[in-house]
Formats: sequence, structure tokens, C-alpha cells
Amino acid sequence: MYSGKIRQILLLTDGCSNQGENPIAIAALAREEGITVNVIGVMEHDVIDEQGMKEIENIAMSGGGVSQIVYAQQLSQTVQMVTRKAMTQTIQGVVNKELQQILGRSKTMEDLPPEKRGEVMEVVDELGETIDLEVLILVDTSASMKQKLPTVKEALLDLSLSLNARTGNNTFSVYVFPGKKSDVEMVLDWTPKLQSLTSIFSQLTTGGITPTGPAIRAALSSFNQKRSLRSMLSHDDESFLEESI
Amino acid sequence: MMMNHSWKSQFKLNPGTIVKGIWHKNQYTILKELGFGANGIVYLAKSEKTQVALKMSDNGMSITSEVNVLKSFAKVQGSALGPSLLDVDDWQSSQGKISFYVMEYIEGPDLLTFIQQNGKVWTPVLFLQLLNDLQKLHENGWVFGDLKPENLIVTGPPPRIRCIDVGGTTISGRAIKEFTEFYDRGYWGLGSRKAEPSYDLFAVGMMMIHTAYPKRFNKTSGGIAQIMEEVRKKAELLPYEGVILKSLKGQYIRANEMREDLLSLVIKRETDNSSKKTVDRKDSGNQSHSNQGLTRQNYKKKRKKGRFKETILLFIFIAIFYGIYIFFFTS
Repeated sequence: MYSGKIRQILLLTDGCSNQGENPIAIAALAREEGITVNVIGVMEHDVIDEQGMKEIENIAMSGGGVSQIVYAQQLSQTVQMVTRKAMTQTIQGVVNKELQQILGRSKTMEDLPPEKRGEVMEVVDELGETIDLEVLILVDTSASMKQKLPTVKEALLDLSLSLNARTGNNTFSVYVFPGKKSDVEMVLDWTPKLQSLTSIFSQLTTGGITPTGPAIRAALSSFNQKRSLRSMLSHDDESFLEESI
Repeated sequence: MMMNHSWKSQFKLNPGTIVKGIWHKNQYTILKELGFGANGIVYLAKSEKTQVALKMSDNGMSITSEVNVLKSFAKVQGSALGPSLLDVDDWQSSQGKISFYVMEYIEGPDLLTFIQQNGKVWTPVLFLQLLNDLQKLHENGWVFGDLKPENLIVTGPPPRIRCIDVGGTTISGRAIKEFTEFYDRGYWGLGSRKAEPSYDLFAVGMMMIHTAYPKRFNKTSGGIAQIMEEVRKKAELLPYEGVILKSLKGQYIRANEMREDLLSLVIKRETDNSSKKTVDRKDSGNQSHSNQGLTRQNYKKKRKKGRFKETILLFIFIAIFYGIYIFFFTS
């Protein structure tokens, strides 16, 4: 069975980037590297920022991921649904590629008769349960996010609860932007446990610019460091499989 | 909430729209919208002469996934868990190809509306039915997952509980696919989101509480303490306190265990009530003696009579059950 990994960036923000590179372009780059970018726009009631919403949608679209605008109260459910949906999308992409190799031409799952589709779906479900998942969480800590941070923390703990019920392994890492000294700051290095977030979040300070583009770039380099570290440690064909996602 | 809003308006089908399958060529006339959720819209539709429910989604995967669940339900003998599956197909609409499936139309109010309309006396009956269905579902290696009153319809007569949305149904041992916070043990900090029978039974416990709190309540401190405090505030929940507590603590491994506890509780209450009633009737026949006015002797006598009645009642119950047994199983 397929033994690759799924890599995702989960970006939680409430508005427009205003510093550094274009986040939409960096998200497209992430996609090329086999990393999906999902974006959740955390809104307050009655605050609809057209431009911000468009940016959120575009980052996810060029990053091959899922986007969702949500009010802070509904964040928990949304975070886990977006992550799951994006996972299934990625797996479906892989399965479709395999199908094309077997069936030829440009056949995808949708071109199969409904009866056959069910069998393919069972494989997709199985993979979604067992595949290893790496999620890098990027949290916007610009001033307007201040009151929303406790909710963000709750939602992330809830996410780890959902994902840890799976058979496959999960690793998480958390970055915030802007950081204390630089545009982006790592607050939690790769770990299977997100619980340590509780203490970190109470110490976070908010304020300043919103460098979304640089934040996504930092996330990419974190994935790449992880990958090169692993390939140094073991010379199996794992890294090759990852590339093919 | 998760659904793309443009999609929702795009596929808002008007009554009279004809949906024709590409693969199986069956034709359905849309009558009205029955509801929409995270995974699509359900319409009431007419197929030849019968009324059916037709579910559509822009997400073909979730349609396929639900169809898989319904197909495996069909293999479970003599169960009435989900609606029966009638057709799966794609429709070439003017906006593009869209997946749908057709199922039996289950008509009736949802669980809470039914109890509101017909009285609390139905609460234990419906929960006993539900636990019976869950037992069968679990035996076949599935966990319902997103168990909530909105997903439960009471059809009839005779009243019978049925599940309508199987979108959250998960293979035992995997991670729960879909859930609703109030009924989710993970949300309350009382367990994992692994699909196992006790996950569903937690939701059953929360639904019993919901019958007394139509508007539910919000999590404050969370945990077992907060929930049980709410339970104790409602007199109607007190008889079920023990069962609810056990279900929330995950102490029921199988639905049958919870069902047996609930059943013995109901039987105990019935016998208690009937013995009390006979005492009351005798009292009122004499004069307006208050209970405190009973002498010790009197009281003893009455208790004895109560006990006698209890024995007879128990005897009659057993006789009836035995009769039913003989009638159904030996013919």
C-alpha cells in the first residue's frame, strides 16, 4: 500500500497581508513542492473585508488547498473539517494519478460508473485513516487577532484530538507571524503532541504588520529542513514517494 | 457552513425540475427541498409513482462514501437503521455533472419534535428502539458518529425511530469523520474521537439530556461535573441519572448493556407506579386520610398488599412474554 506522507500548511488569519512577498505566489510554490496550503479566515461578526476574503480564497486556490471563512465561535469544527477535506483531496489526487496509469487516457474517479467508484472510495478512506500527516500551523498574530487567540488555541487542541484518533502518525509545528524579532517565529517545533500549545499561547504578544508571504516561505523551508534531515538519516526511497504526492 | 455558498444557490432546484441519471437512465421530478447540510442538499422527488428522497452534492466523494455505508447497511438483516438505497447516478445539469443518490423517503418529525408533540412518555420507548438499532450497527463493525436528534426521524404509526443521515458513519476503530460538538465526547473532554460503540452511547446520553433542555446548554467548565449538574437540575432526568452517568463515563461497552439498564429502570418505575396507584385508590375510597396519618399497622398492611400486587403483575408480565415467545418462535 501507498506509504507516503501528506504535508499541509494551515494558515489562520483575519485579513490582508501587507508586508513582503505575494502570499499567493508563495502558495503556488508550495503546491509545486507537494505541500498543500489551507487557509481559514477568522472573522468577527459583521466585519466583512472583501479584499481580505479574496486573498484568503486565492492563497488556498493557488496552494491547492481548501479555504473557509468562519466566525471565531465556529472555529474548532471548521479547522478539523478543512484539514480533513484537504487530506482527502490530496489522496484523491494520488489515487486519480494511479487510475490514469491503469486505465489510460485522462480517466479520473468521476469517469468510473458509480458502482466502481465505491471501491475506489474505500481505498481513499483507508489511506485517509492510515497515512502519516505533517501539519505546519501558521497563526496570524497581528493586532486584530488578539481576542481571537484563545479560540484559535482551543481549535488547535481540538484538531489534535481529531487527528490523533487516526491510526496514522501526525506531527505538528506552529509558527506565528509577525514574531517578536523577525517576520516569522517558530513557537513549537515538530512534535506529535500539540498539548504544549496551552502554555505558549498565553505568552504570545500581538501587534504589528501582517507578513503572510514571508510566513508561508518560512513554513516551506521548515518542511525542507525536515526532509533533508530525514534523508540524511535514512536512505530508503521514502523521500522519492513523498515527491510524488 | 462548509458548503460553498455559490454552489448552494447554483443547485437550488426548482420544483418540477427533472433529474435524469446518465448511467441508469432513471428520471426524478423534484417536488421540494427537505433540507441541506454540510455534505449537500436533500430533495423530495417523485419517481414514477413513489416519493423518494434525492441527495445531491458538489462533493462526489461524500456521495460515494455515503452510498458505501448505505450499501453495507442493506446487508444487515432485519435492521431499519438508515434509509434503503434505491439508485446512484450522475446528472448532467446545465451547470455541469453532479453526483446524486436516491433513497427511501422517511417521513415524520425529528426526535425532539415528536416527543414535544406526543409527550415525554415516548422518551424511553424511542431510546430503547435506538439502542437496539445501535447494537446491530455496532455488531456489524460500524459506529454512527454524528448521532443527534436532527438525524433521527420518528415514522409511523406505530412510532419507530429511524436514522436519516449516515454521513458520519465510520468503520469501527477509525477516527470519527463527522460530529456535532454538544454530542461529542471529545468536545467535553471526556474521551477520544476514535469510532467505538461507547462513542455513540455518549451521544445517546447527551440526547437524553437534550430532551429536558430543548435549547441545550453551553460548555463552561466542561467535564462530567458540569453535565451532571445540569442533569440534576431537571426532575424529569433524575430517574435516568445513573444510566446517563454511565454512558458519559464510557462505562457501557455495548449498546445492549445500556438498553438493559434503561429497560429495567422503566419496568421498575412501572411496577412502583402501579403499586402506588392501588394504594391511592384505596385511600381515596375511605376518606381523605393523609399519608402521614397512616398508623404503622396500616402502613405495613398496605405495603404487603403492594407487594402482593407486584408479584401478580410480574407474573402477568412473564406470562405475556412467554405467550408472545410461543406464538412467534414456535409457529
